[in-house]
Amino acid sequence: MMQRTMNMTNSDLETTGRTSDPMSEVTSFRGLETRSVHAWFGKHHALAGVSLRFPERTVTGLIGPSGCGKSTFIRLLNRMHEFIPSAAMAGSVLLNGSDIYDPSEDPAMIRLKVGMVFQKPNPFPAMSIRENVLAGIKLAHLKRDNHDDIVEQCLTRAGLWKEVKDRLDASGGSLSGGQQQRLCIARSLAVEPQVLLMDEPCSALDPGSTLRIEETIKELAEKITVIIVTHNMQQASRVSDFCAFFLTDGGPGYLVEADSTRKMFTNPSDPRTADYVQGKFG
Amino acid sequence: MTTVETPAPREMTVIYSRADRVFRGIVTAGALTSLILLGLIASFLVYRSSGIFREFGLKFITGTEWFSDSFREVGDEARPDSSVFSIGPMIVGSVVVATIAMLIAVPLSIGGALYIEFYAPRSIYRVLVAMLDLAAAIPSLIFGLWGIEIFTAFGVRWATFLNDRLGFLPIFSVEFENFGRSPFVAGCVLASLVVPITTSVAREVYSRTPRDLIDTCYALGGSKWGAIRSVVMPYGRSGVIAGAMLGLGRALGETVAIYLMLNLVFKYSYQILDSTGGNVASMIALKFGEATDREISALIAAGLVLFIITLIVNMVASNIVQRTTPRS
Repeated sequence: MMQRTMNMTNSDLETTGRTSDPMSEVTSFRGLETRSVHAWFGKHHALAGVSLRFPERTVTGLIGPSGCGKSTFIRLLNRMHEFIPSAAMAGSVLLNGSDIYDPSEDPAMIRLKVGMVFQKPNPFPAMSIRENVLAGIKLAHLKRDNHDDIVEQCLTRAGLWKEVKDRLDASGGSLSGGQQQRLCIARSLAVEPQVLLMDEPCSALDPGSTLRIEETIKELAEKITVIIVTHNMQQASRVSDFCAFFLTDGGPGYLVEADSTRKMFTNPSDPRTADYVQGKFG
Repeated sequence: MTTVETPAPREMTVIYSRADRVFRGIVTAGALTSLILLGLIASFLVYRSSGIFREFGLKFITGTEWFSDSFREVGDEARPDSSVFSIGPMIVGSVVVATIAMLIAVPLSIGGALYIEFYAPRSIYRVLVAMLDLAAAIPSLIFGLWGIEIFTAFGVRWATFLNDRLGFLPIFSVEFENFGRSPFVAGCVLASLVVPITTSVAREVYSRTPRDLIDTCYALGGSKWGAIRSVVMPYGRSGVIAGAMLGLGRALGETVAIYLMLNLVFKYSYQILDSTGGNVASMIALKFGEATDREISALIAAGLVLFIITLIVNMVASNIVQRTTPRS
């Protein structure tokens, strides 16, 4: 098993190496934290020993070449990993100090707190724009009576309100790709998550839409924690406060280093990080 | 300043390779063959039945009497033919039995398809799918025999229960408490014949639901049932309707099972628990063996009516499928 431990100087984002007994350590850390997390698909060891901290109200970019386990990692953070048959994990993921994999935790409640936006814009096809935004409230049986306010608020935060306020009853599929993705963001916001995971949210979009979504992400970080997987180095440098660099040597993916975005792009500790962010491989 | 003259659009030509031309010929021939066959069948039915429609007109469809004057052929050609042919109750019977079958089969199929696709353990998934396809291939004669020998005993109990509790409603009332050969019991057997096809199609459609739509439901804190209700079922709706129409086609045209299960009675009846009924297809099968020439023409006319009903059902179905297909 490969085990990487990083000694970080930056106290905001530190990788907490493997502790002898993670549960005994009382943490007052606010935000999301992983402790030596591993992931398997059947016998395939996909991710090894990732320990990271995502402080509240920050944007963290997960970067690295394809197949290094970024998407697997992000799906571990809201318990979507377990939907894949034969998937397994080890280690712990703490949200404000409590383990989301604790047997007493309801996975559905975890996903309510840790939302997710997918690579391809995917509004629900049979629903209107308004219904799409409110879909999560219905799905999770949340009691809310100010539906109109929620729709306006979420669409505004996702930067879509002005464009669609006159046609909330139109089908979500009638929007352009970039608008659809912002609708998906609005949909995630409606259930008031504390953390929003984004798995390459702009990879299917044109540059203009990409910029709109990046603005949205920065605004979101005033209230919630954002974790974004991206293959676009410029995007990572534009939107994120912190970056984490993943890599694989043919075996399981692992974390090379994590630090503030400025340091990662100007003076990283590991030469491989420097090569990757400068586009020398990957 | 020179003005640019708008050029005439150039003609675009396509050069097909030899292989392309041969393949094109083969598929065109295949498509035309099925169309021509359909046309030939239709014209045969129209040609052979035109005399009957000329003689009986609309009465053929609405009337309630079927009498073949079969003695006339033996001797006295001088005596006028007193045959009367009409199939009103059989048409109603076809629709009633098929409706009962669909009301039972569609919910069962949707439930079964959702179970197999989303709840069945992986280890039995393949077995279930294989068994379903096998069941769809069992001849309806087997279902008919099973219906008479085994199912009727259960069906009668259900019918008795319905009559006992809901007998005040006209459709659940009876004239004689003999539920065995009733449209209700026949409809149940027909449903068991329809379920495998409809379930198979529904399962296939449900399995095509984009994975990330289902994942999105989970990511929003939804349960499995929530994902099924808000994504899987709306997404699969048009496909399930198409599958149900395949089943309805089988139910409307079903011959042998109904032939075994129902007494043919030429009387309009809306009492689905009463032992009267029949449908067009089984009537044709029943009468064909001993039919006179004129009666055969009448049976072919009945076949034409069934053909047209099936055609209308299919057109309505494809219309519904088109309108309910989600656009995205």
